[in-house]
Amino acid sequence: MPTNPTPSTSTVPTVPTAPSWDDLVTAALLGTERRALPAIAHTPGKEAPTALLDAAALQTVRRRAGLRAAPAAALPEPAADDPRPPVPPAARRRLATLLTDQPGTGGGGRRGAAPDLMELLPQWLALANVRGYGAPPELLPALLNAARGRTDLRPQALTFAGPRALWLARLNPDWKFALRATPGGGVSLPSADDAPQVQRLWEEGLFAERVALLTTLRAHHAGTALDLLVSTWSTERAEDRLMFLDSLRTGLSPADEPFLERALTDRSRNVRATAAELLSALPESALAGRMSTRAASCVAVDHTSDTPTLTVEAPHECDAGMERDGVTPKPPTGRGERSWWLGQLVEAAPLATWQPRLGNRTPTEIVALPVADDWRSELHAAWCRAAVRQRDVAWSRALLGTPASPDAAGPGAVSLAERAKLLASLPAAERADWVAGFIAAHGLSEAFQLLGVCAVPWAEPLGRAVVDSLNIARDAGSYPWSFSGVMGLAERCLDPSEAVRLEALTAIPDEPENASPGAGGYWSEAFQRLVTTLRLRAAIRDELPPP
Amino acid sequence: MTQQGVRWTADQVLALAPDASTRKAGSKLGVAGPWSEAGSSGEGAMWGLCKGSGSKPYQTIVDIADSAGPAYKCSCPSRKFPCKHALGLLLVWAGADGTVPEGGEPPAWAAEWLAARRKRADSKQSSAAAPAASADPEAARRRAEKRAERITAGATELEQRLSDLLCGGTASAEQMGYGLWEETAARMVDAQAPGLAARVRELGAIPSSGPGWPVRLLEECALLHLLDQGWLHRDRLPEGLAATVRSRVGLPSQPEGPPVRDHWVVLAQYDTADSRLTTRRIWLYGTESGRTALLLSYGAAGRAPALALPVGLALDAEVTGYPGAGQLRVELGEQFAAPTPTAQRPPGVRPEEAVARYGAALRDDPWLESWPVTLAEVIPARTQDVRDARGTRDTQGLQGLQGLQGSWQLADATTESALPLAPSATSRPGLWRLIALSGGAPLTVFGECGHRGFTPLAAWPKDSGETVSLC
Repeated sequence: MPTNPTPSTSTVPTVPTAPSWDDLVTAALLGTERRALPAIAHTPGKEAPTALLDAAALQTVRRRAGLRAAPAAALPEPAADDPRPPVPPAARRRLATLLTDQPGTGGGGRRGAAPDLMELLPQWLALANVRGYGAPPELLPALLNAARGRTDLRPQALTFAGPRALWLARLNPDWKFALRATPGGGVSLPSADDAPQVQRLWEEGLFAERVALLTTLRAHHAGTALDLLVSTWSTERAEDRLMFLDSLRTGLSPADEPFLERALTDRSRNVRATAAELLSALPESALAGRMSTRAASCVAVDHTSDTPTLTVEAPHECDAGMERDGVTPKPPTGRGERSWWLGQLVEAAPLATWQPRLGNRTPTEIVALPVADDWRSELHAAWCRAAVRQRDVAWSRALLGTPASPDAAGPGAVSLAERAKLLASLPAAERADWVAGFIAAHGLSEAFQLLGVCAVPWAEPLGRAVVDSLNIARDAGSYPWSFSGVMGLAERCLDPSEAVRLEALTAIPDEPENASPGAGGYWSEAFQRLVTTLRLRAAIRDELPPP
Repeated sequence: MTQQGVRWTADQVLALAPDASTRKAGSKLGVAGPWSEAGSSGEGAMWGLCKGSGSKPYQTIVDIADSAGPAYKCSCPSRKFPCKHALGLLLVWAGADGTVPEGGEPPAWAAEWLAARRKRADSKQSSAAAPAASADPEAARRRAEKRAERITAGATELEQRLSDLLCGGTASAEQMGYGLWEETAARMVDAQAPGLAARVRELGAIPSSGPGWPVRLLEECALLHLLDQGWLHRDRLPEGLAATVRSRVGLPSQPEGPPVRDHWVVLAQYDTADSRLTTRRIWLYGTESGRTALLLSYGAAGRAPALALPVGLALDAEVTGYPGAGQLRVELGEQFAAPTPTAQRPPGVRPEEAVARYGAALRDDPWLESWPVTLAEVIPARTQDVRDARGTRDTQGLQGLQGLQGSWQLADATTESALPLAPSATSRPGLWRLIALSGGAPLTVFGECGHRGFTPLAAWPKDSGETVSLC
């Protein structure tokens, strides 16, 4: 034992009969009344307890003064090198600040004029990842703790954290999630060319590893991934089949059709439905053809009326063929069977069906046609779903219509949620212009969902439309928290260069007659937070230059 | 003296924050947005108007070159010190984005305060030159004698209590609980011996402190007995040791001796608090003298101590030591310039040398819990579960600490020796910062080395880098 010098009598000449430390502890525990140490009892002129304390004091100081270093434990395996350049010092400090702003540590309630730093963390991480910077090691614990509490942060946080975070996660069970989130717990996948290794991992790997393998392969070697899946398909469990099938969304091509056709007869209904959905996204597939025929037979142009009108004849039954192709026969409560079936047919049919079928009209012309017998909303909603699924720009544009039309703000044929999805297939600039037009015409209260699909930072016309509308809302005398959703989005999405123009809005305005009491002050606070947040974002951007 | 271009890092600014919420609030104000009419003299004074939620902006002034450490003034109602506006202003200044331009003249509202401070500093200096003339030396002597008598009575009574305890056995201490000790501690407060009172209070907590408590209780009883005896026989002790005993008992002392001017690197700053008092410890390292020194600053319960120094920066300042053998405590004297960044670090030693230094320091002050050391080239390593984690026999030695499951040590990169981390250090977030910073590679670590193990307080990565605070 190298730690404590053994208290042996030979080294302590001043106390010739020094009792051992253990003897002293025992005597102290039991009390000198019961257990007097012989060596102490003989100390002349001293009570036994005092003699015991004397001896213990001497021993205590001796023991402390004689401490020696301990033997070293096995050293940890060093963490793998991170080849990325470290973030610049200013950015490192900014990250430290963002990470100290954990939710729940503040006062709660009203948000006040100070920015919500935690909301800026995702942007910071995304930018650092785009620029290819590596994480400062001493901030990894705070970063992992933040990612632990917020699953939405994890992918970006773990990418940024790099190999040392995995090294840490193996040492601290609190951060186990990092190992789970990284395929194979950071064990690298075999290269696609290494067929035996790939086959082995596919056959012996854990489920998560197999999904990761399939997904990775699918991205670059779609065919190889399909072959792998086919090789074991019949032996997989139903839930696993569903997950594996889902991975085929990446790189979907006509080559997948034979396999998907067979999956239409799968034992599991969910697998069948997914297979049908994938096939319908392949316009050339046999299933798409069958759906096209079925859907086309339901919709026609009626030329007998004054203006051409669409007539709809919904299916009268859901036959075995339809069911096999993924049509769900039983409608949810409150919906008629026939309209339910129609919706599914139109949704699954390739949009290219309609132009030849409906008199060679463009999508815009088709959408503009009146629809007989109240079928309009049903039909347009189904077309919307088809346009989203097939990512068809022309149809999306046609179904969206002009942003200023009174219909656009709903509750017309197409809901705001559907419009948001349709917008997603348009080019970024067109999206921003459309939403700007919508806000100018209808105000902000309905725009939240639409803003969410716009590219960040917002294009200039869109940003201006949002700020103008906020300004109008303020002048109208309402409270800013009616717009807190949009405000929050604006803080994260407005172009930081807008801060200059916004400066004027931070002043406390004169209260108009019918304004809500105190609203002016709250608006000033809200705009102050917006401006401060934008300045922070500008600072963040400047602190993370391309390396 | 000019400090053009020498800016602090945000970490160093944030280290001044009195608490986490002020740190957070201050960091939000560390952007140009809310600030107007800001400026800096280029000699450590800066000022600015910060827009709050009211119509009138707050007037914030900071003087980092104040001779008594950074000084702050703000028209906000906060009682935090420094307040979030002062931190925000420092951050904007540290950000060097032009919001706080240098070389300006302070506006009237700032100039007045700054001038008054500089004037006070001058008068303090001149008054410090003349020895503090006590009004009535005879009365002071009588008061001191009276107090000494009271302490002697207290120490004598305490000896009796300890004797009674050991006569009946410490096994009964577990049942006796807190009450007895609280009462005894109160008697020591009455006896004007706060040092004894604090030790007695700690005795009360030991029986419920987990495995190994009989050993710890005997040790603390024995050291308390040693202190009593030291006081009762202080006239027979060498002067240095007598001074140490006086200060351990709780008699106030004044710094004495010639001031030492040096470039003092601020190694660490941390607070400990009990229900009565917040104690702030600031460790300094003199790059020229090679001396390590401790600044203590106190705040009433719940309030931050007044002095805060930025970790990692160096102060060109004078310090004056307190009496007592091996005493590290100093008082901060005049500061000659604003704190500036430095790449200097204390030279490190091996684990064997670290414990040897603690051992040597015990010769001058047997009541020392730990001694400041810097370890060179150590790697944080997890100790294996080598033996029964209950450690009932003796967990006192460093070897005993090794037995605790999942504990950590700092292992020397080349020799086979290591220092276990103190149990209190392994539950702090700083531990993981240290481990992450190392990544399995050697680094330099400053901390306190004592009989409970090593407590890391600051670290530097192997290749040059800023001080990473672990407090």
